[in-house]
Amino acid sequence: MAETRTNESAPVVPETAPVVPAAGGRVPTVVVDDVHVTYTVQGAARSGRGGATGALSRLLSRRPAADAPGSGTRTVHAVKGVSFAAYKGEAIGLIGSNGSGKSTLLKAVAGLLPPSRGRIHTQGQPSLLGVNAALMGDLTGERNVVLGGLAMGMTREEVRARYDEIVDFSGINEKGDFISLPMRTYSSGMGARLRFSIAAAKSHDVLLIDEALATGDAAFRARSQERIEELRAHAGTVFLVSHSNSTIRETCDRALWLEAGRLLMDGPADEVIAAYERG
Amino acid sequence: MSTPILAPPPASPPAPASASPAPEAFPDFEEDLGALARRHGLTVSGARPTLPEYVRQLWGRRHFITAFATARLTAQYSQARLGQLWQVATPLLNAAVYYFIFGVLMNTKSGVPDFVPFLVTGVFIWTFTAGTIMAGTKAVSGNLGLVRALHFPRAGLPIALALQQLQQLVFSLCALVVILFCFGVTPDWSWLLAVPALLLQALFNTGLALVMARIAARTPDVAQVMPFLLRTWMYVSGVMWSVQHVLAHNHLPHALLLALECNPAAVYIDLMRFALIDSFTSAQLPPHVWAIATGWALLAFVGGFIYFWQAEETYGRG
Repeated sequence: MAETRTNESAPVVPETAPVVPAAGGRVPTVVVDDVHVTYTVQGAARSGRGGATGALSRLLSRRPAADAPGSGTRTVHAVKGVSFAAYKGEAIGLIGSNGSGKSTLLKAVAGLLPPSRGRIHTQGQPSLLGVNAALMGDLTGERNVVLGGLAMGMTREEVRARYDEIVDFSGINEKGDFISLPMRTYSSGMGARLRFSIAAAKSHDVLLIDEALATGDAAFRARSQERIEELRAHAGTVFLVSHSNSTIRETCDRALWLEAGRLLMDGPADEVIAAYERG
Repeated sequence: MSTPILAPPPASPPAPASASPAPEAFPDFEEDLGALARRHGLTVSGARPTLPEYVRQLWGRRHFITAFATARLTAQYSQARLGQLWQVATPLLNAAVYYFIFGVLMNTKSGVPDFVPFLVTGVFIWTFTAGTIMAGTKAVSGNLGLVRALHFPRAGLPIALALQQLQQLVFSLCALVVILFCFGVTPDWSWLLAVPALLLQALFNTGLALVMARIAARTPDVAQVMPFLLRTWMYVSGVMWSVQHVLAHNHLPHALLLALECNPAAVYIDLMRFALIDSFTSAQLPPHVWAIATGWALLAFVGGFIYFWQAEETYGRG
């Protein structure tokens, strides 16, 4: 699912009409059409009988997990029929209480969690800002910079060209040569700074940002806020999940309010947040 | 909420989704979303690419695949005092255990000349296949975080882990060369045959890793069963005894004989023994051995790759 896919596979979509701007000249970048996302959770037996018998029945049944009763697996319906269209130049905030399906929806838009029903259409390849999963604590910071860059789809040359920039941005080396130490020896703040610096090194068409990115000390937070603004300026559309209503107000012009997997409200950020705050 | 609440009271309390969108701000909302997407030529997110396109994307990510494999290999022993020395020490210790049990304790030379080189080659080559299959089993199910965070052709994971096993095998082979020297086996031009044999075996292993990655992504429990299946497979593959000796001395049904002879693990193990050990002659190899080895490799790799690709869009659902 490299970013190059879009151009290649675009003809698959039967383009009956030429691409014309929508009413008001707005071009959609992400269209979410009645999307449901379900998770299968292993080891979540209600009765505590999920052990040997459960494993056996799971092995014997061709159908996966959720259909075998008492097998210790459960299906979680995280997003239930959400529809909306996002347009070029929009910054959209996702709000809602914990477990309302915001992050799941973001992953579905990124094409990382396939919807079980409905479709998500995108222009270009939306990317989630985050490389944490690709990094390895046992490796040095410098090797992780290379690995993370490659994982995000950069070429070796791109990684080499941006290496110094990433390390400088993270400020890891400000207090000594920490970049050549294994990442597991970093303090949590240092690790978060390096992760953000790697993740933010690449620009994207549609950018998805999950909360709690701006970590670290005040100076680093200011720098990363700036970088997010830059990324926003280059990206067509930005999605931001955050529990901080003021962050959403500052950065987004539109907001989606999710509750229990359903889209409760969609509109200008100020109005949606005001309604959300009233409960 | 550090900012003073501006509160332009929108007067609309939380309403059901259908009524909520502010009508004048988002006029397109009412029209069919699918049609809107098609009109603007948007592509379906997370859809499976065609097979040639998939191969092209995978090739584009080759640097990530090799970097990931090397990183895993390096990270493996990074907390140990002896560090990377374990890459060679582990296979040597393994060989010592097998030698102690089968060579000294049970004295099962089973009429094989150069028994120790025979045994150690068998163990190392078998470990390559078994290790790759086990790594493949956990390739997707053990890296869900990666699958759920980043875009790349998922086949990159089992292939990277297979590559890691191949790198590990290179260390094992260094240990093997030392052992062969110690037991009086000298280098020979026939050692070059090890290269094509290992390449075919690597292809075969990668194919199986791809198959297991897809199965275990759906049913993680497979990882618990694999050790038993692999152990059974090991015992019928002539790792510690000579398949040809048993075949010569027993009157087994023809179908069983054929199965034992064409068993891919046994074929790859015996090819390596043939390449490295002088006393292991071509008489101990089944007929058409290279054809069998190539056939298994192509069948497993091509079949495994297509099988894995067919579920590409489902990886990550858990």
